[in-house]
Amino acid sequence: MGLIRDLSIQISQMLAVLLLAPLLTGFIRKAKARLLRRQGPRLLQPYFDLVKLVRKEAVVAQSASWLFRVAPYIIFATTWVAASLVPTFATGLLFNWSADLIAITALLGSARFFLALAGMDVGTSFGGLGSSREMMFATLAEPALIMIVFTLALIARSTQLSTVAGFMLSPAVGLRVSLALALIALVIVAIAENARIPVDNPSTHLELTMVHEAMVLEYSGRHLAMIELSSQLKLLLYISLIACVFVPWGLAPVAAGFSAHAIGAAAYVGKLAGAGFLLALFETTVAKMRVFRVPDFIGVALMLALLATLLRFMSRGL
Amino acid sequence: MPNLSEILDAFPEIENHRPWPRRLVDAASWRALTELLAEGEISLLGLWGDAGHVHMAVLATEPWSIAVASLACANGKFPSVGRHHAPAIRLERTIHDLFGHEASGAVDKRPWLDHGRWRLRAPLGQQTPPLGQQTPPLGERTTPPAYDFVKNIGEGLHQIPVGPVHAGIIEPGHFRFTANGETIVRLEERLGYVHKGVEGLMAGAPLARAARLAARCSGDSTVACSLAFSRAVEAAMGVEVLAGAVSVRALMAELERLANHIGDIGAICNDAAFALMLAYCSVLRERILRACYTGFGHRLMMDAIVPGGLSVDFGENEAEVIRQLVATVRLAMPQLIELYDDTASLQDRTAGSGVLKRELARRFACGGFVGRGSGRSFDARRDVAYPPYDRLSFDVPVLQEGDVNARVWIRIKEVEQSLGLIEQILTSAPSAGRINAEPRATQACATEGLALVEGFRGDILAWVRVAPDATIERCHLRDPSWFQWPVLEAAIEGNIVADFPLCNKSFNCSYSGHDL
Repeated sequence: MGLIRDLSIQISQMLAVLLLAPLLTGFIRKAKARLLRRQGPRLLQPYFDLVKLVRKEAVVAQSASWLFRVAPYIIFATTWVAASLVPTFATGLLFNWSADLIAITALLGSARFFLALAGMDVGTSFGGLGSSREMMFATLAEPALIMIVFTLALIARSTQLSTVAGFMLSPAVGLRVSLALALIALVIVAIAENARIPVDNPSTHLELTMVHEAMVLEYSGRHLAMIELSSQLKLLLYISLIACVFVPWGLAPVAAGFSAHAIGAAAYVGKLAGAGFLLALFETTVAKMRVFRVPDFIGVALMLALLATLLRFMSRGL
Repeated sequence: MPNLSEILDAFPEIENHRPWPRRLVDAASWRALTELLAEGEISLLGLWGDAGHVHMAVLATEPWSIAVASLACANGKFPSVGRHHAPAIRLERTIHDLFGHEASGAVDKRPWLDHGRWRLRAPLGQQTPPLGQQTPPLGERTTPPAYDFVKNIGEGLHQIPVGPVHAGIIEPGHFRFTANGETIVRLEERLGYVHKGVEGLMAGAPLARAARLAARCSGDSTVACSLAFSRAVEAAMGVEVLAGAVSVRALMAELERLANHIGDIGAICNDAAFALMLAYCSVLRERILRACYTGFGHRLMMDAIVPGGLSVDFGENEAEVIRQLVATVRLAMPQLIELYDDTASLQDRTAGSGVLKRELARRFACGGFVGRGSGRSFDARRDVAYPPYDRLSFDVPVLQEGDVNARVWIRIKEVEQSLGLIEQILTSAPSAGRINAEPRATQACATEGLALVEGFRGDILAWVRVAPDATIERCHLRDPSWFQWPVLEAAIEGNIVADFPLCNKSFNCSYSGHDL
């Protein structure tokens, strides 16, 4: 019975992230539109868009190789697995042992690798442009993420997310400078990785300024649906990660009763909405930065994360 | 070196060309004019073809004066102006495409508007079938010859073709970037995708139809184009427009400038992903367009200006709508300016990018915010001083920086000036009612007229020859974009690829008005 129960909670968590991801994107779009005094599309529009894309014919360029066709599925699979590993409303899930921060980083890294390859596969200039920009950003964002992971691991003495979340909930955590630095760094990495303003503009139509969109410019139909869903999952993943590590309140242990899980779920939705609104607010108040300034921006994340790790090494209290 | 008047005064003025003189010159004087242009003594206003002739309108500085020189093309050839004065190159290529007159000694002999898809070559001239083939049957698609882009060779250089179909809903134009990584080494434009044959359609058209065509050259400058055309026709036919109509025309022109400038300010910021500015500016622009609809019966005020006067009534009720609009815009502008000026991330994008050098702006005689953002102080409203601007007071803002930020600021300052102008026009209370002194066919022979009118992009040149039966024999409308598109190529050099949309938007050149 215990196994079935654990499995069902794990599966419900996996489905929850998949089903909530488009809603989060819809919510952010709506919030942005309202901030601009526009009506905006309805909340469920991303779902309709995905259904529409799946139904449409997938047009593939003549010069595309097998890689171009399989990449969307690989990207989707790795991102989904990574997203389901992050505790959302409950900790200590069945696949808990694999919910390792380094594993998540690696999964996201491989998704990016395939996306960049797919961008260059067709051989159009925009795909190559997007891939090269993405890689330029990634060379700084990935080490920054790794340094953040190290900081957390040094503090919580584990890279397991459930353990980290548990430690953060305990009084032992206290106020730490290194945690604050890691949080700022993680937010910057999240903005850069999810192609949000000021690094990239998810709603742009200017093909020359695109980063993420330029790589997927050649995709259509179900392939595009997979890519879109992966990006939505990735955004959800980063928000879940920040929520799980830095605001873990409401997270229920897997053994807790139904009511604890319900509270955890409600808290999770609340966190998503809060983060989504903050993101929308931030995006309306800044302009996009020059492409060559982005490395400085992500470099700040890397430096902060590095500083956080160093501080941890030098002093237990920080 | 002889100056402009010394060159031109040797030739008699052609009769019935108003208000500035046109002279038929010889090839030597044509060359002398070309040299003056190259020296920067005078600026080129327009270069256009005609049956067996080419015409060149030039602007002399201090004092501002305009002159037209015409040259008969011996054996279909004329000495190239573009060889010494680059701004003329595309105009010469167009003359060749439309009329078949060849610029001898030209450096660039590629076609410009003719993409090889027309059923005829030189449709306004000899009308010969396309190269190496018979006239294809109507509707049959032929493969056009490949366009020979300028080759850029070097280590690590790669090409990025953009357009003519863009990801956004904008007009078509092709941009060929040669980039080294992110840095743009060279940009080459290819335009002509929206060629509509307006000059061909104008030939032989009655005045009313020609006026409608002129209004449709470029939708965002419809008032300015109509005004330029109408003023040229009125000059040719000697029609005196009533003072009331003159005022209302200027009112419309300023409203058009207001709407476009505010729309542009928002759109430029949106290209830096600052959607907030676009949201506010769009609301403001919409208010202006709605007020125009109430006041003139059309959101863009299309066809409201006709040769002889106006086709709409403008009374006290309409004036009140515009007064309220001015109050609304005056209230909203300071907040918008503050938002633009206080957003550091936005300033970081606009300041210092896409710098157009002063010297280049002067050489190409760039009009509007492009020229005035780069230190070229010319405004047809002030310097040609056509009515009613001769009795209105306003400033012509000029900045020296030449970057995107300067072009935004010129727009902001011109919005303020336009608001002041609208107020002045409204206080002098234009008389109500339809005012239209319809031009009649009274003259014995063909007459010609020239007009230079300040549109929101810059000075629009209109030249017409009206036949004795009051139909248009030949009409040439030169959009300000002719002298702005080429400098965009220069301004973008050395910038990064991702900054092009922002720079391009700050120039906001017209495709339609250029391709005509």
